[in-house]
Amino acid sequence: MSEKEKEPLLSAKNIKLFTAPLGNDNPITVQVLGICSALAVTVKLEPALVMALSVTIVVAVSNVVISAMRNYIPDRIRIIVQLVVIATMVILVDQFLKAYAFDVSKQLSVFVGLIITNCILMGRLEAFAMANKPWPSFIDGLGNGAGYGIILVVVAFFRELLGSGTVYGFPVMEKLGLYKIGYENNGMMILPPMALIAVGLIIWFQRSRNKNLVEKK
Amino acid sequence: MDFLRKKIDQLKPHFSAGGRFSRFQSVFEGLETFIFVPNTVTFKGSHVRDHLDLKRTMTMVILALLPVFLFGAYNIGLQHFRSLGVETGMMENFWFGFLKILPLVVVSYGVGLGIEFIAAQIRGHEINEGFLVTGLLIPLIMPIDIPLWMLAIATAFAVIIGKEVFGGTGMNVFNPALVARAFLFFAYPAWMTGDKVWTEGLTNGAKIVDGFSGATPLALCAAGESTKLPSFLEMFIGTIPGSIGETSTLAILIGALILVVTGVGSWKIIVSVFAGGLGMGLLLNAFAVNAYMELPFYYHYVMGSFAFGAVFMATDPVSASQTETGKWIYGFLIGVLSVLIRVVNPAYPEGVMLAILLMNMFAPLIDYYVVQSNINRRIKRGKVALNKQKV
Repeated sequence: MSEKEKEPLLSAKNIKLFTAPLGNDNPITVQVLGICSALAVTVKLEPALVMALSVTIVVAVSNVVISAMRNYIPDRIRIIVQLVVIATMVILVDQFLKAYAFDVSKQLSVFVGLIITNCILMGRLEAFAMANKPWPSFIDGLGNGAGYGIILVVVAFFRELLGSGTVYGFPVMEKLGLYKIGYENNGMMILPPMALIAVGLIIWFQRSRNKNLVEKK
Repeated sequence: MDFLRKKIDQLKPHFSAGGRFSRFQSVFEGLETFIFVPNTVTFKGSHVRDHLDLKRTMTMVILALLPVFLFGAYNIGLQHFRSLGVETGMMENFWFGFLKILPLVVVSYGVGLGIEFIAAQIRGHEINEGFLVTGLLIPLIMPIDIPLWMLAIATAFAVIIGKEVFGGTGMNVFNPALVARAFLFFAYPAWMTGDKVWTEGLTNGAKIVDGFSGATPLALCAAGESTKLPSFLEMFIGTIPGSIGETSTLAILIGALILVVTGVGSWKIIVSVFAGGLGMGLLLNAFAVNAYMELPFYYHYVMGSFAFGAVFMATDPVSASQTETGKWIYGFLIGVLSVLIRVVNPAYPEGVMLAILLMNMFAPLIDYYVVQSNINRRIKRGKVALNKQKV
């Protein structure tokens, strides 16, 4: 035990906790968690970014809290305890958004509240925070939040660019003069099925680069 | 032909394994078998093979599509000159329409075959003929004024997401041509619906004569103006606005005859789709609350793409049900859903595309239950026989 306590804050192991969810252990493309919100909030970049930040904060802080309490939570009611912690955090984030970013909060509507049911949160609490110390749990939470966020931002970038012709509200397609030569926005990109297909294409791309992720037949 | 054969034999070593262009072997083979029947023979064990391979099957469908294509070209010209109020001869109409359809066909084949060739090289597969029919079906189910770049995107989407993702020809869940249409339908609705897109030139604001609206029969019905419908005969022959290939029920029936006689298309599916339309039509008649619901069921056969969908889309052997009983269920539900969506859902004047895509998805499930019920029946029969023995 004494060895572990001396471990530096940013040891190789801890850094890996952060980087793994960004790539080969991504919560969306590899663990296939949190898909519903990825489909719902990626029509535009701004709500996607805010959603990514909110989830990152919630998962990181709840990870720390649960990890700190992990030795005192009775096993049989652990899910309820986890939910209480998550719900508290989500309400805090929701209130914060309503106070300081009301427009975005309105766009995200119910999906901030639905972070409570986001599988990534329960998944990380159950799989990681319940068995690890607060600091690694914190990094794990940040990593998974960021991994979730990366996919959201990539999907939202393409959906906004092709579906609305803008990037973060900036009218790219109009500035390029594409509308004048007959280009039109693709209405399909705004519909939820296209988000599913976009996530599928990302998974395809990732697995064709890293064959280890492909399931054995 | 001898000259061609010699030339190909000369080139062959370069494309075979170890040759300079061995990478393009499948392209070479694809082109070779396009001209000559493959001379490869089975050397291990014996397989009984039909002379009707994939390429021949596809050729039959192309042949069946020919009347539809020719009439489509004629009708495009006819509608165009009608909108201008000009009287023209039959050949003039045909040439006008033919030259308008040609770019659509070229783009569809160019993009689709290009992707198929690339995909075959990447996978190391042989090039197969799966796209030959799809490439002709796609232009036929488009409005004539669709911009070519949209068609190109839709074709690419259909081939990659609708087919190659699932493993290429023969593995697709959905009918690729309908995937292309559905993509355009949801991505660029302004170009796929309305009164203007069906007649050449109207979207550019060409002058039209009084009394010409360009609205399809389905659009009239959806707008509650079913009294303005063209006569049944006119809709049957197909001199009405609509997608290029869908208007003429007569030409489609000729195609259906070719498909059924050669055994390429399943008559069970065709008949059951029409039966489904009949059933739903009668049901709606019985509970009619508006003029559209009172419309006689046989009007549904000649309006929109009901016949085209039944003959050329629903019978796609890959995405349809495989079991014989399943084909009846599959076809019947397509007919029912098509008419139901048309009449009851105000957002979609045409329901055939959505009905077929939906039933494509359910085809494996139908097959599963048909096979299971067959197994159960035989088990039961076996048990009865066993019990009798015991007695």
